[in-house]
Amino acid sequence: MTVKEILEWAAVLLVLFGSIISVISAFGLIKLPDVYTRSHAATKSSTLAVLSCLLGAFIYFWSHDGYVSIRLILGIIFVFITAPVAGHLVCRAAYRSRVPLAENSGEDELKAVLFDGDIAAVTTEAMTKEEPEKQ
Amino acid sequence: MKETILLLALTFFMIAIALLLYRVIVGPSMPDRAIALDTIGVNLISAIAVVSIVLSTKAFLEAILILGILAFIGTIAFSKYIERGVIVDRKGDS
Repeated sequence: MTVKEILEWAAVLLVLFGSIISVISAFGLIKLPDVYTRSHAATKSSTLAVLSCLLGAFIYFWSHDGYVSIRLILGIIFVFITAPVAGHLVCRAAYRSRVPLAENSGEDELKAVLFDGDIAAVTTEAMTKEEPEKQ
Repeated sequence: MKETILLLALTFFMIAIALLLYRVIVGPSMPDRAIALDTIGVNLISAIAVVSIVLSTKAFLEAILILGILAFIGTIAFSKYIERGVIVDRKGDS
């Protein structure tokens, strides 16, 4: 086995590993009880899956054709940066639009800060701040 | 042998996308659907990478970048719509 063949096998096995992790992540999205736990499965393991798959493609093209693909590196960096941001934004939107937590989840400390009492003060403050800007 | 493993990986990605489509259709709330759509986009990116290995062409590698950007912007717009009811809000408008 030459070095080229070993690198190609490593790339193929990385792609296979990524696909298996992706199926596990999809099972997590089916089985977990509410949005906040599902977002763990959707962001963490899915990012690992796509990173290993793109890395496998990069190594394969590098060893097979001798072609260093800038686009694949850019794709890896882009997915690595944006997946956590998107997961955080969706979870924040879910909490603010009052999607309920699962039955057996623990204490909800953000609820007292965000929704009980303080919300009135915060919104009136924001409204008085916005009022002169409008007119 | 390598070809077979790559096709197997492609099948796994398609199984994952089918499972996620269940969550898109059934999902009890809108953020569920947004998360599942985002994950479908990410899985499509890796499926395109595998397809470009199988066909041994480099023509699909731009599609990876574009699909990544589209999935990200779609998720951002979706979550902003869920949170505020609008997608584009201008200051001093309304």
